[in-house]
Amino acid sequence: MSGRKLKAALMLLGLLVSPLLSAAESGEDLYKIYCWQCHGMQGDGMGINIPDMSVQPRNHTDSKDMSARADEDLFKAIKGGGQAIDKSVLMPPWGEVLSDDEIQSLVRYLRELCKCG
Amino acid sequence: MHLKPAGLMGVVIAFTAMLFAAAAFGDTGEKILTSRCVECHELKGPGPASLAELRALKGPNLSYAGNKYKQAWLAQWLKAPTRIRPAGMYYGNHIKPGEEHDVVDEAGLITHVALGDADAKAVAAALMQHKAKSELLTPGVYQPGTISLSMGEMIFDKFRGCLACHQIEPGYGGVSGPEIYTVGSRLQEDYIISFIQNPQAWSPLTFMPRRTLKDKDLQKLVHYFRALAKEKFE
Repeated sequence: MSGRKLKAALMLLGLLVSPLLSAAESGEDLYKIYCWQCHGMQGDGMGINIPDMSVQPRNHTDSKDMSARADEDLFKAIKGGGQAIDKSVLMPPWGEVLSDDEIQSLVRYLRELCKCG
Repeated sequence: MHLKPAGLMGVVIAFTAMLFAAAAFGDTGEKILTSRCVECHELKGPGPASLAELRALKGPNLSYAGNKYKQAWLAQWLKAPTRIRPAGMYYGNHIKPGEEHDVVDEAGLITHVALGDADAKAVAAALMQHKAKSELLTPGVYQPGTISLSMGEMIFDKFRGCLACHQIEPGYGGVSGPEIYTVGSRLQEDYIISFIQNPQAWSPLTFMPRRTLKDKDLQKLVHYFRALAKEKFE
């Protein structure tokens, strides 16, 4: 392989790997940025935005309620928003903002919050 | 870089000429930006590269201010700044648990410095020259039109859920995002459309969700923002 080809191959490899590297934010850190605003800093559904909401955000610390939901359903709700699971439009879709890996990290963090994993 | 003496002289002459040109144009606005605003605002650069950087933001990225704000609004606001994001740049830094729900912790919120009339005008003019990310805009994409406030609110709240994070009048709506009732006078219409289509392209990692909206609905939302901006809220 010539020097130029090797360099091009390395650059291509870098491009392929970099999105994976940038997805290294933890589920907890993602939750603090994207979810706290409605689900609250304690994950209990009591965020700063709720006073004028027509539907209250889910309480992620409710073990009974959360254990009734499969990981796949939580994933679907985060990715496609409330409408994807016939729930409120107030829960927006995050699939264009977060990668599937990041959404999986959030699902794992939800299981920590509800202590029902 | 190796420059021949003649080349070096050329660079020195060009640099000196630039300095004189800047002085001749009385570029006080840019000087204020680079001396007083840069501590809290990014003037160049694309924005945060990690959530840690996002959390540390103190003010909006001004590298694309000329594509975002209306100059008249800037000149006015800089003289008497008000808080546009009720919970600050990243709300998570300014909240605490309350009795019924989390509440804004006013103590840590920054009050924006006020400028005199001449400086405010100069800074507003200088900001209009900051036009990063122009490639995201489609100039003229917004076509002025009208919508009733009730229909606008229907789209904004019931159909799209935007009210969850944004206030449509003082004290009504969510507080993690910027107020909506001044958007019509504050932001350029083509920018609003581009931003809603892809918030993260303008403001990397922002906690504004990205929804897929039809062009017709985007236009209607901007009609609504313009109608709201004409309301006189006490």
